[in-house]
Amino acid sequence: MIIFLSCIILFLIGLYAIVTKRNLIKIVIGFALIEYAINLLFALVGFRRGMLAPIITRVDMAHKFVDPIPQALVLTAIVIALGTTALMLTVALRIYSRYKTFDIAEIRKLKG
Amino acid sequence: MTFIPLFFALPLAAAFIIPILGKIAKSIIWIFVTLVSFTLFILALYGVAVTQQFPMIVYEMGNWPPPLGIVMAFDSLSAFMVLVISILVFSGSIFSWRYMSHYTGTWKFYTLYMLITAGMMGVSITGDLFNMFVFLEIAAISSYALVAFGVDAEELEASFKYMVMGEVGGLTFLLSIALLYAKTSTLNLADMANTLQVVGQTPFFWLVLGMMLLAFSIKAAFVPFHSWLPDAHPAAPAPISSLLSGIFIKVLGMYTTARLVFNVFGLSRGNAPVFFNVLIGLGLLSIAFAGITALNQKDYKRLLGYSSVSQVGYIMLGFGIGNFYGVAGAIFYILAHALGKGLLFLTSGSVVNATGTRDITKLAGVGENMSTTAWSFRFGSMSLIGLPPLVGFFAKYFIVLGALKAGFWWLAIVAIGLSVLTLGYLLKIENNVFMKKGRTKANKAPFTMRVAMVFLVVLIVLFGVGFQQIIDFLVGPAANALLRGVEYANLVFGSVGVSF
Amino acid sequence: MKGMSLIVRTITTVIIGFIFIYGIYITLHGHLTPGGGFAGGVIVAGALILRILVFGSEPADEKKSEIRTSIFESVGALLFIGIALAGLVIAGTFFLNFLPKGIPFNLLSAGIIPFCNIAIGIKVGAGLFSIFLALAAVKYVVKD
Repeated sequence: MIIFLSCIILFLIGLYAIVTKRNLIKIVIGFALIEYAINLLFALVGFRRGMLAPIITRVDMAHKFVDPIPQALVLTAIVIALGTTALMLTVALRIYSRYKTFDIAEIRKLKG
Repeated sequence: MTFIPLFFALPLAAAFIIPILGKIAKSIIWIFVTLVSFTLFILALYGVAVTQQFPMIVYEMGNWPPPLGIVMAFDSLSAFMVLVISILVFSGSIFSWRYMSHYTGTWKFYTLYMLITAGMMGVSITGDLFNMFVFLEIAAISSYALVAFGVDAEELEASFKYMVMGEVGGLTFLLSIALLYAKTSTLNLADMANTLQVVGQTPFFWLVLGMMLLAFSIKAAFVPFHSWLPDAHPAAPAPISSLLSGIFIKVLGMYTTARLVFNVFGLSRGNAPVFFNVLIGLGLLSIAFAGITALNQKDYKRLLGYSSVSQVGYIMLGFGIGNFYGVAGAIFYILAHALGKGLLFLTSGSVVNATGTRDITKLAGVGENMSTTAWSFRFGSMSLIGLPPLVGFFAKYFIVLGALKAGFWWLAIVAIGLSVLTLGYLLKIENNVFMKKGRTKANKAPFTMRVAMVFLVVLIVLFGVGFQQIIDFLVGPAANALLRGVEYANLVFGSVGVSF
Repeated sequence: MKGMSLIVRTITTVIIGFIFIYGIYITLHGHLTPGGGFAGGVIVAGALILRILVFGSEPADEKKSEIRTSIFESVGALLFIGIALAGLVIAGTFFLNFLPKGIPFNLLSAGIIPFCNIAIGIKVGAGLFSIFLALAAVKYVVKD
C-alpha cells in the first residue's frame, strides 16, 4: 500500500511543478515526473508477490510470471513520453531563442 | 474486410514515403498526398456501404482473437467518423498546395499531415483502449508540431500552451487506463464493457469515468478547459486549422467520450440521469460563455476558434439529452460543424493568403474580388447558424427535437435562443470583411483553393437537401450503434470471424 | 560543437565500436533476451551522439547527417509497415506472423519478430539521433 502512496506523491509533485513553476524547463520536468508516476503505477498493477519476471529462458519452464501486459504498456508509454518530451524541449528552446528567457511570465504575448 | 487496416496503414506508410520523396522529387509530394486522401475518401465511402449490411466488422490484427489481441471494431459510428475525417483531409490537402507554397520544408508539413490523419482514423476504428491512447497521442503530438509549424513567437507560445494542456489530458487518460486495467484485467473495449457490468456503479467506476471525462474535456475544449484552443487553432496553417477545428477535437474529445460512456461504461439516461445532466451543463456552459467571448474578438481566426468551442457545446448537449433524436442530432452536428467550420477556416486561409493579415478591422473591401471566398463564407455561416435547407439546420433541428421529446422544453428554447450568438459573431466578420467597401486590395484566390472551398459548399448543400438519406444511411445507424449500449460487447464477440 | 579533451577522445575511440556492436546485438537478440528494437536503437543512437559530443562537429556536417538520418528513419518505418502489409498481401491478415516460427531459442526463429526488431532498431536509432541533432541545431539559432 505504501508503495502505491509513493506513486500518488510522485504524481502530485509533478502536478505541482506544472501548475506553479514559471520556468519552461521545470514544467517539462514536471511532465516527466507524472509520466514516471503512471509508469510505476502500471508496473505495480501487474505485480504479484513471489512471481518471476516474464522472461522465458527454457522451453519447459513453469509459467509463474507477473502480468507482462502492463510492462508492455509501460514501454509504449515511454516511447510516447519520449516523443512529447523531445517536442516540448525543442519548442521551449525555440521560445528561448525568440525571447531570451524561459520565464513564462515574460513571454505572454497571447491573451487569455 | 481487408480494407480496414488500410485506413491507418495507408496514411502511415505515406507519411514515411514523403521524406524520401522530399529528397528526390519535391513537386509530386502534393499530388501524392492528394491521391492518398482521395483513396481514403473512396475507402470510407466503401466502408459506409459495407456497414449498411454488416453492423459490426471485427478485424483481428495478426489473427489474435479479441480478448487477447488488438482488434479493430468497425461499426456504423466508426464508418461515419472515418467518412467525415476523409472529407476534411481531402479538401485540406487540395487547399494546402498554394497555401503552403510560401513556407519552407513543406515535406515536413505533409508528413505531419498524414500522421495526424492516421492517428484520427485509428482512434475512430480501434476496439482496444490502449490502442486508442496510442493513436490519440500520435494525432496529438503531430498537432502540437503543426501548430508550431510557422516557428513565429506567437505560434511557438500557442503550441507550448496547447502541449501543456493536451498532455495533462493525455496523461489523465493514461492514468485512468491504468486504474481500469487494475480493476478489469483487460484492455479490449468489449471485454471491458462486460467486466464493468459486473463491477457495477461503484465509487471507483465514477472516479475513472470522471477522470476520462476530464481528459476528453481538455481534448475537446469544453469551457473550463478551453483556453488553449483560441490560441492554438489560429496559430496553425489554415488547412490545419480547418482539420483541427473541423474534426480533430471531435474525434479526440467527442467520439471517445461517446464511445466509452455509451458502449463501454454502459450508461444511458435511464440508469445515470445525473451524469447526463452534467453533460448538458457542460454543453450549455460552452455554448454561452465561448459564444459571448467570440463577440468581442477582432482576429478572424481567433473568432472562429471561440466559435468552435461554442459549437462543440451543441454536440455535448445532444449526447447529454441521450434519446435517439438527441444522439442522432449530436452525430449530425459533428458532420454539419465539420463541414461548416472546416469551410470557414479555409476561407480565413484564403483571405490571409491574399492580404497577409487576420485583423478584421483592416480587411474591409476584400469581398470585391474574392467572390468565391465570400460566398463560401456565407454558405458556411448560414449552415452553422442553422438556416434551412443547409445541413446545419437539420442537425440543430434534431437536437431541439430530442430535447422536446425528452421533456426539456426549456432546453429547446435556450438552444434556439443561443444560436443568436452564432449569428452575431459570424455577422461581425461578414459585415467587416466581405460586405464593407474598403481599400484593401486582394487578388482572386488561386484555383485549387477555390476548388477545395466549393467542394465543401457543395457537400453542405447536398447533405442538407438530402438529409433524409443522410439520416437513413449514415447518422441513424451511427446513433443506433451508440444507443445499443453494452450490447456492443456481444456484437463484437459475435462478429469475430464473420467474413464477406 | 567543440570536442572534448585527449583522454576522453582516446577512450571513446576504443569503446565506441563496442557500444555500436552491443546495440546491434541487443536488436538482433530481441526475441530471445530482454531488449529488442527500441533498447538496441537507443544504444546505437547513444554511440552516434557520443561521437559528436566527443569529437565535435561543424554545422555543415550536422546538416548533412541530419538529411541522412531522416532517410534512415523513413526507411526503418517503411520496413516496419512493409512487414505488416506483407502479412496482409501474402497471408491476408495485417501483421500476421506469416514466416515459419522455427525452434525456440534459435537466432532464426519467431517468424517476423526479428525483422520487426531490426526495423524498429533502425527507426529508433535514427529517430533519437535526429532528435539530438534538432536540439543541437537550436544553439545556432540562439547565437544570432
